[in-house]
Formats: sequence, structure tokens, C-alpha cells
Amino acid sequence: MNRHLKVLRAGPSITVQDQGRPGYLAFGLSRGGAADILALLEGAALLCQDARLAALEMAGMGGEFEASEDMRIALTGAPMRASIEGAGLQWNASHLLPKGARLSIGAAISGCYGYLTLGGGIDGPERLGAQSAHLAAGIGRSLHEGDILPLGADAHSEVGQKIDALPRFEGGTVRIVPSLQTEFFAPSEIARFEATQFKRDTRGNRMGVRIVPEGDGFHTEAGLSVLSEVIVPGDVQVTGDGTPFVLLSECQTTGGYPRIGSVLPMDLPRVAQARAGATLRFEFATLEEAVALERREAARRKALRGDVRPLIRSPHAIANLLSYQLISGATAGYDLEGNDND
Amino acid sequence: MLDNDTAKWPKLKTAGYDGFLVSFGDQLSEGANRAALAFRNAVDRANWPAVQETSTSLVSTYLRFDPLALDHNAMRKALAELAADRDWFSAELPQGRRFWRVPTVYAADFAPQLDEAAKAAGLTTPEAIASISTARVRVQTIGFAPGMPYLGELPDTWNIPRQKTLNAQTPAGGLCVAIRQLVLFPVATPTGWRHIGQTAFRLFRPESDQPFVLRPGDEVMFEQTTPETYTRMQDDPDGGAVSEIIR
Repeated sequence: MNRHLKVLRAGPSITVQDQGRPGYLAFGLSRGGAADILALLEGAALLCQDARLAALEMAGMGGEFEASEDMRIALTGAPMRASIEGAGLQWNASHLLPKGARLSIGAAISGCYGYLTLGGGIDGPERLGAQSAHLAAGIGRSLHEGDILPLGADAHSEVGQKIDALPRFEGGTVRIVPSLQTEFFAPSEIARFEATQFKRDTRGNRMGVRIVPEGDGFHTEAGLSVLSEVIVPGDVQVTGDGTPFVLLSECQTTGGYPRIGSVLPMDLPRVAQARAGATLRFEFATLEEAVALERREAARRKALRGDVRPLIRSPHAIANLLSYQLISGATAGYDLEGNDND
Repeated sequence: MLDNDTAKWPKLKTAGYDGFLVSFGDQLSEGANRAALAFRNAVDRANWPAVQETSTSLVSTYLRFDPLALDHNAMRKALAELAADRDWFSAELPQGRRFWRVPTVYAADFAPQLDEAAKAAGLTTPEAIASISTARVRVQTIGFAPGMPYLGELPDTWNIPRQKTLNAQTPAGGLCVAIRQLVLFPVATPTGWRHIGQTAFRLFRPESDQPFVLRPGDEVMFEQTTPETYTRMQDDPDGGAVSEIIR
């Protein structure tokens, strides 16, 4: 069989994800794609490959994998405990996974979605122009034990690189712009929304996350009579009981609840990665400010490869430290005389 | 908030960071629905390089564009000029529309909320079946879930509200009613619409070259069939539905 990765054990929700399938909104199918797009870009930068290649998205928990031959891997997104045959691996870094070795990825230490990018990318079947599983639409599925993932050819060989990930795994403040129904909310409600601290609820998945305000919910009289209208990822929809939902990549395409605003695409990974109980706040930006912020972030993302640096392993992480020759070139004086130590 | 004066429409709004919505009304009407479909078609034909995707909802055209390639003011100006170009409310419906006849069971086990919906509409259950199964409704938009149609308009007696609490799970192929509209679910889903009939019609076929079956503008009649016939049609992706081009 060609180059592949075998799934020995899978956490409850590991899916193949790429940047999704735009173009089907008119047919009721949202773009989908990685919940944290930035993690795909970071993985691609670490492996010096195309960010459109598909990778594995691991929700909350990883799995165990075996390589059919030596291959490069990159670990990005929510940091998880990872090891190859018991030797710990640094997150936000690239490594060599030797043929036959067992890669173990455990629970997320912070954040929700961890990513395993493979040298050459996953080369599975495309449906409607993408490999992404879209669970809400019934496209693709979560992986199980025994699944075999075919991989594309890998043009590179460099591993042992790291990248400083943008911090986004503990909640925080995200920027939103006004949207379709923002004006239906009284200015005092908007001000209160900005001043409110929200806790990410336990109800959340790739479609969206519920965020529970400290204090009262948000209400608009006018909003109750709005017609169903288009929904896009990032929209903050305020449901009947006043609790907002932030819509993510696999969201429905229309909705009848009023939208108080829409999260900037660049800040959406922070929402997706906030785990239950994490605190989120919202800060309104004008469209002009949003464009300037997105322009700067697009430039930063384009230059991600320049942020990749060699990984310097911490001595504590090296299990078999004593088997390494630590002081290369040091010799006992007498072998300079040509006496081999035999 | 409701406003029927077409002279005030369309209205342009930004939708999130990278979208615009061109709305032709704030309540559903035949004219606004036609206008939205025709305007989307015109945006597609304009082929603006910054535009990445378009769609329609009941009364609006949506477009997503790249604000780093074209700023919001320039996009708004281009849309406003196109909007002023003609009377969109009198636009023709799209070409190549089809008329579908979809076998539907209205018997008790397959239509758990039919009696309740009939009562809300002020009809007996047989009257409700007769009304729904002979109504020729149009696909006003596809949305919410892949391939899912919103169909209308039903007679005024069907202007019944959605339920306050959601049904836990309405099955795929379920026909549901509220506010003079029908929806047909491609996948099992919780819903506030009342489940009044069941079809074996598969609306989304991701494995197929033609994954989406219905298009906006298509017309549909949910003809009554028996539970036995419905059961026999389970293996047919069309669920016994037949279509013809509307001329």
C-alpha cells in the first residue's frame, strides 16, 4: 500500500479537515473546514507545505497512529500530550515519525482542537471539492480504529522546527463588527454586551458555541419579527432566552434569531478554542478598523514560514539523556596519542 | 418595523466583516422573492473579481467578498448601481425550473402533529390534508441545512406560528408547516415547525454528481400516498417523486 497513516485508536471526534468548501451557501451547505484555520496554517508553515492540504482535527482528545514509512508530522492548535514510543514531543513543532513507530496524542491541555499535519498532507477522496468532514451535513465522519489515511508525496525532509503559536486557547477578548440586526438592539444593550463577561457553555461543537452572560440575557423587541436571513461563521445570534451563540465553520446557513454582531474571521479561532468555562468578552470594531486588523493579520499569516525556527529540545524532555554523547569531540587526552579505547 | 413600500427597497447592509445583504423587503412577498433571485443572478453575471460567493434568502441577496481586494465603499457603490439598474420586483423567475410531485404520507404515525396543526389552522384533519396535498408551492429559498427548501405560500389559514418549544428530532424527509410555509428536512433535526407529513425524498446526496435536488423557483406538490407505498419507496432516493420542466 502507498504512504499512509494507520489509526490504532481514535478519540471521540477526529476528522479530516482542510479549509472547507466555499460555494454551496446557496444550497444550504456552510463552508465548514477546520474550526481553527490558523492551526492549519501553522502546521503547513512548520512542514513548509501548502496550507490547503488536509490534516487531522482532534476535538479534545487525540489518538494513536502508526506510520507506514518514515514521515514528517507537525502538531499545532490546542496543545495535547504527545509522544512517539513514550518519548515526549513538543507541541507547535515538527517531528519525524519513524516507520512502524507509535504516535500517541492524549487529551488537550488547554483549548479544544488540536491538529496533526502530515508531510504531503492527507490525500483522501474529495466531496464537493474538499476533503473536510462536515458532520452536520453528513459529509464524511469521525475516524475509528483501523482507518487508513492515504498521504500525498512529501517534497521536503526538514523536521525539528518550532513556531510560536498565537495565544488563543484560554478565551479572552474578540473583536466584532456590527451586522444585519445590530441596530435592533438598543445602544444600552450594545454597551452592556461589550461590558459583559461570558462563559463558554458546555454546549458547543463545530457548528457553534453557546456563551452564557454573567447577568441578564440580551433582548430586542424588534428582533422577534425578523425573517430568517443568511448566517455566516462568526455571527453572534441571540436566541429566544437572551443567550448568545457564536456560529462556527459548520453552522446552519440561515437563521431567524437576531444577530448582535459578527466576530472578525481572525478572532474566530479564539472562540472555537475556548473550552467550557473559559471567559470571553466582545469588543466592537468599525469595519475600517476590522479591515486594517485583518490586513495586518493576513500579512502575518503569509509570513508564517519566516517564524519557524529550529527546535532546541529541553534536556528534561529527553528520556534517554544519558545515552547521548553530550560533549561532542571531547576526548580523553591519551587517545590523541592514537590509543583507541579498546 | 414591517414596511411594504417597494420604493424604499432594496436596502443595502453589511453582513459581518466580508458580506453585503441586498434586501427587497422585511416580510415575505412574491415580488421580493423574485427580486432576490434575479438580483443574485445579476451579481453572478457581473463577475466582480472581489466577490467570492453569492446566495439568496427569502427576500435578500447575500454576497461575500474580499475586503482586502476591494473596500466596503467601492463594493457598496457597485451594488447600489446594479440595484438601481432596473425594477427587480418585476423580474422573471429563473429559467429551467421544474415541477416536482412528491409522494407524502399524512397518516397518523408519519404525521404526529397534523391534528394539532390542522386545529391551529382552523381546519379538520381531512380538510388540512386536502389543503396541503393539493397546494402547488414554490421553493422560495434553499437554506438552513444542505438542500433544504422553504416553500410557499400556503393559503392564509396556514398562518400559524412556530412552536415555542422544539421537537427533539424530526426525521429526514419530514414535511413541516408554519407561517404559510412548508419546510422539508434533508437530515433529522430539532425544529419548532410542526411535523405534518413524511416523504422518502432525499434532498441532499453528497455522493452524487448532482448533490442538491431542488433549486429556488422549482414548484412542488406533496401528493398524498399510503404508508405502504411510502415504505416501498424507501430505497429510491427520489422517494417516488417525479419532475418535469416548467414551460
